[in-house]
Amino acid sequence: MKRYRNLSIRQKQVVWAWGFLALPILFYVVIRFYPTFNAIVLSFQSWNLLGPREWVGLENYVKLWHDPVFWKVFRNTFVYLILGTPISLVLSFVIAYQLDKTRLLHGTLRALYFLPFLTSTVAMAWVWRWFYQPVPIGLFNNFLASLGFAQVNFLNSTSNALPSILIPAIWAGLGFQIIIFMAGLRAIPTSYYEAARIDGVSGWTILWEITLPLLKPTIVFLVVFSSIGFLRIFDQVFNMTTNNPGGPLDSTKPLVLMIYQTAFSSFDMGYAAAQTVVLFAILLTVSLVQLRILREKP
Amino acid sequence: MTEIRASSAALMQTRAAKGPRDPWSVLRWTLLAMGAIVMVMPIVYMLSASIKYPFEMYDLNIIPKEPTFENYTYVLSDGRFLRWFGNSFLIATLTTLSAVFFDALVGYALCKFTFRGRTFVFIAILSTLMIPTEMLVIPWYLMSKSFGWLDTYWGIMFPGIMTAFGTFLMKQFFETVPDDFLEAARIDGLNEFQIWWSVALPLVTPALSALAIFIFLGNWTAFLWPLIVTNSAELYTLPVGLTTFSVEQAVEWELIMTGAALATIPTLIVFLVFQRYIIRGVAMAGLKG
Repeated sequence: MKRYRNLSIRQKQVVWAWGFLALPILFYVVIRFYPTFNAIVLSFQSWNLLGPREWVGLENYVKLWHDPVFWKVFRNTFVYLILGTPISLVLSFVIAYQLDKTRLLHGTLRALYFLPFLTSTVAMAWVWRWFYQPVPIGLFNNFLASLGFAQVNFLNSTSNALPSILIPAIWAGLGFQIIIFMAGLRAIPTSYYEAARIDGVSGWTILWEITLPLLKPTIVFLVVFSSIGFLRIFDQVFNMTTNNPGGPLDSTKPLVLMIYQTAFSSFDMGYAAAQTVVLFAILLTVSLVQLRILREKP
Repeated sequence: MTEIRASSAALMQTRAAKGPRDPWSVLRWTLLAMGAIVMVMPIVYMLSASIKYPFEMYDLNIIPKEPTFENYTYVLSDGRFLRWFGNSFLIATLTTLSAVFFDALVGYALCKFTFRGRTFVFIAILSTLMIPTEMLVIPWYLMSKSFGWLDTYWGIMFPGIMTAFGTFLMKQFFETVPDDFLEAARIDGLNEFQIWWSVALPLVTPALSALAIFIFLGNWTAFLWPLIVTNSAELYTLPVGLTTFSVEQAVEWELIMTGAALATIPTLIVFLVFQRYIIRGVAMAGLKG
């Protein structure tokens, strides 16, 4: 205590700083860094939770490379990304851009668009699953039937199931993206628009030459954020296909679901860890490539 | 930082009327209103189904001819839903309190103190943002298994008691707190913890509440980790319980919809009450990126 009192103000602050940080540093080391390291180590081992952990070198990765299910899953994961990100970004931008110009019931409309973002994914997965059922249960098919159209097989078809699961995922994320886009639009100084209007520039030119370039930071953020979300899709798929997770015939199975099954149904911990390392590599690559492309000067 | 503040505040006001009346405005408004209705339809049909009898469950009408609360009494009767609800609430609340406290503490230390290793600690914490939860769940599971954390509240909570995102956000917001305020408090004889708690924290309350909303919502809807770490029905969180319940009911969709409604209604109520704050908070937290 006496020694503390003799310290200078600066030195005291250093003591306080490490005092503030002690517990958090322990947390980040034990709960974040060590598990990351452990996952990487485990990916070079074979372990079924009961027997001993054995070193197998690259065997898990080789097995993954030759696993036809993995390639199907890999493809599915990227289909979620390649369809999900552009569709949700274009939709949310168009809505935000138009909503920004409306005044009548502006707050109410914005709240309605935002509402799905606050719902629980699991609850909504079941709601949509109900909608997709065949007649006489599912709302969509009942609606189609009432108009005299043919039935659509949503969740039991290898070609329709993935888009059917993707739609609720897009729907749930739209509200967040709209709010972020609107905040971005509001940050653009009105003087830019006034100057353009005085110069007689058309609406489309304003959109392409002023609005979109100035929104670039917002767009970069949303592209990366939503891509990571689609690459990690799990809750919707798991809940909409509980009787055969990832089915029919693995046509909807994303990488996270494969990891979950390998680890907690087959208890093949090493193989599952190798899959998580691959997921990590994919997320890292996709984020870095997008940042690179989108940050480039035109 | 100030720009973010300004723009998220500006979000709350509608643009002032300018120029001649846009001839497209009626069409635009109609389309936007239709879109908004489509957006909430799934929620509306879920709520509607939860107060319908099975005989009209599959009709397209939204307002039931014979509304009933029997589904709710049935679903709530065995007490499981209340238990899951309580679990989720407790876990989300405690995790949020812990994360907001520690994220603000670390954010402040990294922002307002100068010491060797500050940048290193900051970069190290920030780098954990790149590690996906899915990569950590297997080691967390093994860790929980050896420490006896499986099937406990602590087991569900421990991965979320601090967040790198919140630390980053709070560090950003503490930049807006002038050092003079802290210096003045120091002269008044407050110690550094007191300065943080009673001078700096009150100045960033909007950021704290924005962060709290995000973290609470994230924990309230979290699914993968609670699914892995819990085994017994008494420990399930609402999303995990809802999955089990729905699988059990299989074809009784009005009961599944009632379960889904029970998981959704609380957030709907909170949103209706705090709408403005929540939207502003989301914009504020989201825009930091």
